[in-house]
Amino acid sequence: MMVMSLLAGIGLLLALSVLALFVGARPAGTPLVYAIGLVLSLFLLAVSGSALLRAGPAQTLVLPLGLPWIGTHLRLDALAAFFLVVINLGGAGACLYGIGYGRHAAEPLRVLPLVPAFLAGMNLVPLADDAFTFLVAWEFMSLASWALVVAEHRGAGHVEAGYIYLAMAVLGTFALLLAFGLLAGPAGDYAFASMRAAHAAPPVAAVVLGLVLFGAGAKAGLVPMHVWLPRAHPVAPSHVSALMSGVMTKVAIYAVIRIVFDLLGPPAWWWGLVVMGFGGASALMGILYALFETDLKRVLAYSTIENVGFVFAGLGLALAFRADGMAAAAALALTAALLHVLNHAVLKSLQFFGAGAVLGASGLRDMDRMGGLIHRMKVTSVAMLAGAIGLSALPPFNAFVSEWLTFQAILLSPALPQWGLKLLVPAVGALLALAAALAATCFVRLYGIVFLGRPRSDAAAAAHETDPFSATAMVIFAGLALLLGIVPGPALGALRPAVASVLGTLQPAALRLPWLSIAPLAASRGTYNGLLVFLFIAGSAALVAVAIRLVAPGRTRRGPAWDCGFPDPSPSLQYSAGGFAEPIRRVFGPVLFRSRTSVHMPPPGETRPARLVVRSHDVVWEVLYAPVAGLVAAASSRLNVMQFLTIRRYLSLVFALLVILLLVLALWR
Amino acid sequence: MALIRDLAAQAAEMALVVGAAPLVTGFLRKCKARLTRRRGASVLQPYRDLLRLLRKDVVLAENASWLFRAAPYLVFAATWVAAALVPTFGGGLLFSWSADLIAIVAMLGSARFFLALAGMDVGTAFGGIGASREMMIGSLAEPAMLMIIFSLALLAGSTQLSVIAAFMQSPAVGLRVTLGLALAALLIVAIAESGRIPVDNPATHLELTMVHEAMVLEYSGRHLALLELASWVKLLLYLSLIACVFVPWGVAPPGSGWLAHLLGAGLYAGKIALACALLAVFEMTIAKMRVFRVPNFLGAALMLGFLGAMLLFVSRII
Repeated sequence: MMVMSLLAGIGLLLALSVLALFVGARPAGTPLVYAIGLVLSLFLLAVSGSALLRAGPAQTLVLPLGLPWIGTHLRLDALAAFFLVVINLGGAGACLYGIGYGRHAAEPLRVLPLVPAFLAGMNLVPLADDAFTFLVAWEFMSLASWALVVAEHRGAGHVEAGYIYLAMAVLGTFALLLAFGLLAGPAGDYAFASMRAAHAAPPVAAVVLGLVLFGAGAKAGLVPMHVWLPRAHPVAPSHVSALMSGVMTKVAIYAVIRIVFDLLGPPAWWWGLVVMGFGGASALMGILYALFETDLKRVLAYSTIENVGFVFAGLGLALAFRADGMAAAAALALTAALLHVLNHAVLKSLQFFGAGAVLGASGLRDMDRMGGLIHRMKVTSVAMLAGAIGLSALPPFNAFVSEWLTFQAILLSPALPQWGLKLLVPAVGALLALAAALAATCFVRLYGIVFLGRPRSDAAAAAHETDPFSATAMVIFAGLALLLGIVPGPALGALRPAVASVLGTLQPAALRLPWLSIAPLAASRGTYNGLLVFLFIAGSAALVAVAIRLVAPGRTRRGPAWDCGFPDPSPSLQYSAGGFAEPIRRVFGPVLFRSRTSVHMPPPGETRPARLVVRSHDVVWEVLYAPVAGLVAAASSRLNVMQFLTIRRYLSLVFALLVILLLVLALWR
Repeated sequence: MALIRDLAAQAAEMALVVGAAPLVTGFLRKCKARLTRRRGASVLQPYRDLLRLLRKDVVLAENASWLFRAAPYLVFAATWVAAALVPTFGGGLLFSWSADLIAIVAMLGSARFFLALAGMDVGTAFGGIGASREMMIGSLAEPAMLMIIFSLALLAGSTQLSVIAAFMQSPAVGLRVTLGLALAALLIVAIAESGRIPVDNPATHLELTMVHEAMVLEYSGRHLALLELASWVKLLLYLSLIACVFVPWGVAPPGSGWLAHLLGAGLYAGKIALACALLAVFEMTIAKMRVFRVPNFLGAALMLGFLGAMLLFVSRII
């Protein structure tokens, strides 16, 4: 029944994208399409939310569509329901935001029909219960998002971003296709139910794990498959960036959980090691890339890589615990990962909404030309502040809770018997701790440069508040971020069936104690109460404010800035985004980015200015991708000759190929 | 009755950390003055400074936003709540279960977050310099602190500070390499986090060496008073943390009577005084280091903490 209603919702979304083709060109079309999209997303959110809370057995449905000998298998279990909640929460927010923001689209017909299609594709992925349906939905989602990336195709680098994204998406789907092929075995039964029943042999399972980590990991943005993400996410319209970064990466995480935890059978201990290693590396590299980037939306995209790293670290821990039979600890780690999925979806959507508001108000994406927006964009600046605290993983906001649970799960891991895990887990813990602390630096920099200080350009000085719909979407998501931080209990409770559906029936993972406290496994291992922390901080701030008002009724005057007696008239003397990150670059740059700083100081007496040049390299791109790209380019320019042959040569080529194929066939037999 | 006593202990704790923080700073300054053969100001001078600042008007920079005015209250409140959750003389803090040691450190992170933002709000070069350096120091000190927490939590089986403190008092502790490494790391982190020499100099107004002072450069009057008090509370917090984890003797166990608490308070005062004297001697014997050498200093803390945690991971055979 619920599967049917979800399917109906998805069908209506597809119908909406057809409708958008007809009404998109009219001025009233944009708000209409987004409003209907909002209603449909809310409907899907309600259905999947009730499916998650109901926590009954999985519901299945087989439709006589698709390939005749497979059909279309659909299945809704608690895990799928949880991811559908995340998808449609982000979808509803993006549609609400789009009602107002959509008017910025230069060519609405290149955006409008694709957004509902993108949403439909993402909704279909968690429902799929056979490889064919899954891959069709996956590819639908990829292509719709690719078309959205190149929607504003005239910008510099947009087409290149789309090309790289397409290449990575195709390779990723290819890897998943191979993975499913291996899972299906020689009999070739592509239904998930039979894959679940048949356990792959260990070497095959290892290959499948690698393929899934490549295929779905690329979509999620794991280092080193992340290269497309910071190029493609930012160039889409901002609400689509929010969907891609906040939601689509989560669909990829769903794919990893579904295949590795559910279909692949009992894990070997070293799987957790591999997944955790990718997670830790992604967390640190993602946030360092973000720190050295000056394009606002690219900073956010890189921060997505960091958070995906956190999720994968949790997943890896869960795998390791599961392989060693520590069921409760596995449930805790998986709970932490899933909660981080939800938290990051909320926070990253919020941040991209804010970035879109800034872009719409000032036309700027370069942080070094912004500044002082807190005076002119009051609502946006408050919402973005909430998002910045949240993404820095600071209490009392939500991401702190999930990172706290991740650290608590790490603290359970000395009981793991394998030496590899004993050595790697604390290292990953250190990487995550470093990433979490650097995230705070990254978002102080982002917020301080963009919203505080003095405007660095005329466009920033003339910025104005965004439209009411976008502002409402941001305020709702900021409130949600705070709410999930101070009362995480209900979210943890809703996660319980999802965790149980993945790991089998289990005791509660993260204990919920009286007074809304949370604790891992046992209360004696440490507790956290977001509500009390929030109330204490707010209460003591209010107490101090009142006390100070009583004892110190001094007046408040305004005057010029002091600045050690030398106030600088030019806003360009403020710290720039690059300058702010310079101390961090000095620490990590020489090793991880091969960055070199050179200072050209003119000799005394000469009046030309001194120059400081910083060169750094994207090592991952230069080592792994640039050679391949160069090879492909060289091969294609060489093969270009084939386009201009005479008919005789073409015929002889075809003949030669035929002979070779026949020879191969003959030798094969 | 027990609830009232616990509430009273918690309230006393909250009052104590705020009330005693200026005294601790005054005592520390006095020690440093005596070590340089100066007479120095009275140990009560920080209180007088606070009162004077409170009486003064606030002069805000022309383009200061609401964040600039709200930040002192938020920074102070977060630091205060964090400090109130660290046991000083009594173990049984009523609200200790609301935040474990990770959350306490994260609250200090929230305070730092707002302080750095406030530094960038007016848009002066000094604010930026302070914020940038403070975040660099914080982003290396925080993971080191987390590694220390890992070590302690693995030993005590809990991240709860009250449990850790009780464990450290119990005979189960023994001498461990990890504890030595954690102590060394914690000392470095405490020096960096509370802005003492050689990382930062709280007495400096020499432009290029300021970190904390650069961030609060534009503040005046009651706002400055709050931020100064917050930094003193943070110093006391780290001293109390070191005392309650590594010198836990005398801390009154939960549910003990007035006498034990009184004894605990006396011992606590002695411990803090000794720590101040040692800190003063340390600061006298070392020069402030260049800002870009601070990462090496903190990297050592991170490595020590990591090594300590790693030893525990490896040595536990099940």
